[in-house]
Amino acid sequence: MKYFLKHISVLVMMLVTAAAAFAGNGSGLPAGADSVHVSASPDAADSDIDVQGIIFGHIGDSYEWHITDIGDKSLTIPLPVIVRSSTGWHCFLSSRLEDGAVHEGLFISRSGKYEGKIVEIDASGNEVRPLDISVTKNVLALMISSVILVTLILCCSRWYRKHDVLREAPRGVAALLEPVIAMINDDVIKDAVGPGYAKFAPYLLTVFFFILINNLMGIVPFFPGGANITGNITITFALAFVTFLLTNLTTNKYYWKDIFCPEVPVWLKPIMVVIEVFGMFTKPFALMLRLFANIMAGHCLILCVVVIIFITAKLGAAIGGAMTVVSVFFGIFMDCLELLVAFIQAYVFTMLSAVFIGLSRQRPEKDKA
Amino acid sequence: MSLLLPDSGLLFWMVIIFAIVFVILARYGFPVITKMLEKRRDYIDNSLRLAREADEKLSRMTQEQARMIAQAREEQNRILREAAQARDNIVSKAKEQAQDEARKILEEARVRIEAEKESALREIRSQVALLSVKVAEKVIRQNLSTDKAQMDLVNKMLDEVSSSKRGN
Repeated sequence: MKYFLKHISVLVMMLVTAAAAFAGNGSGLPAGADSVHVSASPDAADSDIDVQGIIFGHIGDSYEWHITDIGDKSLTIPLPVIVRSSTGWHCFLSSRLEDGAVHEGLFISRSGKYEGKIVEIDASGNEVRPLDISVTKNVLALMISSVILVTLILCCSRWYRKHDVLREAPRGVAALLEPVIAMINDDVIKDAVGPGYAKFAPYLLTVFFFILINNLMGIVPFFPGGANITGNITITFALAFVTFLLTNLTTNKYYWKDIFCPEVPVWLKPIMVVIEVFGMFTKPFALMLRLFANIMAGHCLILCVVVIIFITAKLGAAIGGAMTVVSVFFGIFMDCLELLVAFIQAYVFTMLSAVFIGLSRQRPEKDKA
Repeated sequence: MSLLLPDSGLLFWMVIIFAIVFVILARYGFPVITKMLEKRRDYIDNSLRLAREADEKLSRMTQEQARMIAQAREEQNRILREAAQARDNIVSKAKEQAQDEARKILEEARVRIEAEKESALREIRSQVALLSVKVAEKVIRQNLSTDKAQMDLVNKMLDEVSSSKRGN
């Protein structure tokens, strides 16, 4: 108990000092945009730190995978660019577009609507976006984590194929994954979806592990992790959209009746129909935003905490050193928190998907009897 | 703002990758695992049920055993008791028989003694008579003719003696 109290007090101290650190900086770093003021302030004018650039560079997508800078040279993995422009298909490595170079009429836009994207100049001199299916940093990260996920799960299922479950206790990967799979399958999917859950279990389990592994890979700060996959709205949109389709395509007539002809007084019906139809879309929309916002905010916060070190380093040894200690402690705390969030968000997404599917398949009480 | 807008290229790849992952895992991954887990859970439930039943059976058997032992002991006691009773019976019967036998023998002996006595008396009587006759002869030889009254007296006395003997 004493041990536990000691830990709690350290945690509280860290939180208080961290809050003070943020208050001291005044600008509210997580907002990103405001932090430009810090770097642009006269105190630190001699060498600017582009906080916004760093943070948005990390949480956004890019055509190459920037790993680190060694001296003046940057260590970058070039990725294939696949583009269909007005002159046909183009396929080349992103290293050809480095430092604003123009290759086959294509270049990376520096500003405007398509900032950071590959564009070409059309006849009237405007930047237009070609059809762009480049393998970007997020795509590569997605592929890597998918390979890891498939390997893990197949190793697990291979163990079950090769061994008699009635005679042996699981070992290795199977022992690692079995309790998680059992928990999601029995406690979440079976309970939330109800009868006929087996049809949806593979999808929901895939979603859970897909989100979990991408969340976890996002926390790893170096290649092949660190990409902000589940904190990218495209990914969460795709996942939420599949849940939306599953919810609405496997439903029964009672679900549609509840939406278009709810059992309410007649004068309420038009309002209720509007609300229900709206609700159809808000549920997956909330799924999409929740996962996106949680993971992106987590990445932002950790990056901010790290960037504090470099900003305060300009303010002198004492402040810089003290803030470095605070930043490191707070960074450790945030990383642990993110581990928890990684699991919770995957769990919540799966659970809510299962609940939505379960609700859309529910039958009225009187029909059950 | 670009953060909040889905990117078509990434979406394209995401759909492909997710579809592939889903197909692989839904076909070769999760169903195998969940089926095996289900199988094992059923097996464990079944085993637990069997163990419980076996336990019940065992306790029933223990009860039965105790009951049987008690019964056997009771039987043993009963047999012992019966044996003791039978022994007592036999002994008492034998005793009775022996007593009867003894009584019979005594009776026979008494009858025989009686008969012997009778015959002895008869013998004695005849002897006495003979003796008397001999005595009488001797008396007669000396004094028969002389005293007829004496002879009568002897006879009379002999009769009296024999009649008193028979009266006993």
